[in-house]
Amino acid sequence: MQTASMLDFLSTAVGADWRLATPLIFAATGEAICERAGVLNIGVEGIMLIGAFSGFATSHATGDLALGFGAGMASGFLTALVFAVFAVTIKANQIVAGVAINLLGLGLTSFLFRTYFISTGRGVDIARPLNIPFLSDIPYLGPALFQQNLLVYATIPVVIAAWGVLFRTSYGLTIRAVGEHPKAVDVTGKSVALYRYSAVLIGGALGGLGGAFLTLAHANQFVENITSGRGFIALSIVVFARWSPIGVFFVSLLFGLFYALQLQLQADPNVRVPYQALQALPYLTTIVALMLVRNRWDAPSMLGIPYWKA
Amino acid sequence: MSVPSAPILQMENISKRFGRVAANAAASIEVGEGEIFALVGENGAGKSVLMSILCGVLRPDAGRILFKGQPLKLGSPLEATRHRIGMVHQHFMLAPNLTVAENYVLCQGSPLRPLWRTTDVAGRIAELSRRYGLEVRPDAFVRDLSVGERQRVEILRILFQGAELIVLDEPTAVLTPGETDRLLKLLRELARDRKTVIFISHKLDEVMRVSDRVSVMRDGRVVFSASTRDTNPRELARQMVGRDVPTDLPARAASPGQVVFSVENLHCRNDLGLPAVRGVSFVIRQGEIIGVAGVSGNGQSELARALAGLIPATEGTIRLNGEEISGLSSHAINRRPIAHIPEDCAANGVVPQLPLTENAILQRYDRAPFATLGLLNVRAIESHTQALVEKFHVRTDGIHAPIQSLSGGNQQKFVVARELARHPDFLIVNQLTRGIDIGASELVMQAILEQRNLNKAILLISTELEELFALCDRILVMYDGRLVGELPPDRGRLEELGLLMTGEAIEARRLREAVAGAVSGDATQ
Repeated sequence: MQTASMLDFLSTAVGADWRLATPLIFAATGEAICERAGVLNIGVEGIMLIGAFSGFATSHATGDLALGFGAGMASGFLTALVFAVFAVTIKANQIVAGVAINLLGLGLTSFLFRTYFISTGRGVDIARPLNIPFLSDIPYLGPALFQQNLLVYATIPVVIAAWGVLFRTSYGLTIRAVGEHPKAVDVTGKSVALYRYSAVLIGGALGGLGGAFLTLAHANQFVENITSGRGFIALSIVVFARWSPIGVFFVSLLFGLFYALQLQLQADPNVRVPYQALQALPYLTTIVALMLVRNRWDAPSMLGIPYWKA
Repeated sequence: MSVPSAPILQMENISKRFGRVAANAAASIEVGEGEIFALVGENGAGKSVLMSILCGVLRPDAGRILFKGQPLKLGSPLEATRHRIGMVHQHFMLAPNLTVAENYVLCQGSPLRPLWRTTDVAGRIAELSRRYGLEVRPDAFVRDLSVGERQRVEILRILFQGAELIVLDEPTAVLTPGETDRLLKLLRELARDRKTVIFISHKLDEVMRVSDRVSVMRDGRVVFSASTRDTNPRELARQMVGRDVPTDLPARAASPGQVVFSVENLHCRNDLGLPAVRGVSFVIRQGEIIGVAGVSGNGQSELARALAGLIPATEGTIRLNGEEISGLSSHAINRRPIAHIPEDCAANGVVPQLPLTENAILQRYDRAPFATLGLLNVRAIESHTQALVEKFHVRTDGIHAPIQSLSGGNQQKFVVARELARHPDFLIVNQLTRGIDIGASELVMQAILEQRNLNKAILLISTELEELFALCDRILVMYDGRLVGELPPDRGRLEELGLLMTGEAIEARRLREAVAGAVSGDATQ
């Protein structure tokens, strides 16, 4: 391969990487906050699906992208509220509640999609790349980093904000204490449940946004199970990133890279590997990554355990 | 202080029920300003509940609290904090994943306040820490601190938050004798600063040493209150238990016989793979109780588990009745005449969800008389369990109740009963009376002495020095995985023992020589 085409390949791969990592970054950042508060929300896959569908439906109906993203976040928020009622107030088993949310997400969106959209086949206008003046003209680097849409750029401030809130505010301190030793917060008179609710809801809104990205910036269409496991991958990203938003950003890029490679290799006629094998790449990476990461003890010690007041 | 100064706190007729159990039944106490008030009672007497009510963590069903003459809003921790009432809980309220300073500002002020606005915290911590001589590193993570350090951090936090009334729930349960002395001194200093201290304990010697006034709780009621100087430990013990406590343990019967158990140059590792026991040797003879004293975490747990065959010895030999048992599986060791009462029985000695009957046969489920050809003999198991329960007065809802429904003390009694019923030649005991009340302690201590008089060999590992002094024939001191000294059970040498336990072997020898010198000096005069 000539140098030029090699650089082309790399430039495209890096650009696609960041774009494909974006939904993972949003969802995993939200999940990291949620898990820091001691709530394991494995329903993030379902939340992303609901976000993807609501975003698509809203944008389809109104023609307004911003409204679509807003609807994605709002629906993620509301779904997370349902989860929080079970996980925090009723103190149900969080795994079971999360599975229920996932099944609900898949069933509900598939049903609504078939009922209202499947015959139309019409897509929505997706978020356009926002070329940053001058920088986007740099050869190779420009197309890779500075011709992305707004949401892709937004991952950086979102991750920094999440990190700042968790580690540099009193709220974040309390969230971290709630995930580790909730009684210490309870005896000061603060409500453990309220903090857990807030973390779950932030996680839900970010998960919904990540989902909406799939239908409003990645594809222009909703298809059944469009998330295809991204929520679960986000869950393993959180573990791999040791519950840190900054870590989430880079680990998501790693996973995004496998999505990007997979797509590009499929498009390359010289690669004679069955496309199913390539498609499996991100999932295989997840399994290998989780086998390599032996830092379970970094997990918040009350992760997944409901808090009972004395 | 015989007459309390104007009461700063009055708790009147506090009642609190949990289901069918009355944790507090019209309990009343009165505490004077600037005094050290001791609240004593057995486990489950309702002391912690009463204090949790004071701090607003629990809401009472009835009763009222007057603080400085004003009624306190009940069931609100914020109200307690606002009136500068702070509590050092038995299980510390410190998040291990945060630093000391972060714990101090946890839940203080508005949630959205940035943390860098709290940087004067370190300065204030340093100032308080100088004033009370409590060393605390503000930027250390709590998970890296020892229990004693955590307690200092917790006490200082209460002071940091400006508390004037300080409640300490069994503060000395986790401390070494030296640390205990320092804590008691600190309480005195706090009282001198016009701070009021309430401390919960069931160690009567501490209560006698430090408190101004004392109240005894039993079954949720306050049954006795007095100025400390007007009462005595015997009276307090009687009030706690509700009957006279026999302080005389059975006298020793025979002198030690032949060697039952011997350990030579034993080494083993802890859960993290680090050396925990580093070259321990001793022998135990028939009719002998050997104590192992030490601050927890110096290899005693690993020693007990290695002797019981639960973790492998990396080096050394263990012999029971002359037979080498160090390489054997725990299953094989179970079939030898050796019994093990583990540390924290509720966690390590029983299967919580199983009924008493099944817990009674945990080691012997597969052989006669409890099983024939792989089938359990239910009748034999039930009668055996019933016998254990009756012999040790285990308070239970019946032998088919899950063992976790019993109180900690009753679980302990049950495990002791089970292990003794195996008629061992050698018995390993790790923490016989920790966490159980006087009545139960008395019973299990009697039982251990009976075993000695039956010519059994017993190894008693304990952090409760009282227990060691009361029971042992010799006390070995363990420090940093090694045995660093041996003492007779002589209370006069408590200070020397304390030095050995904290690794000050040289200091300990100096002290012993000084005492010996003084004694011989007296003799020559």
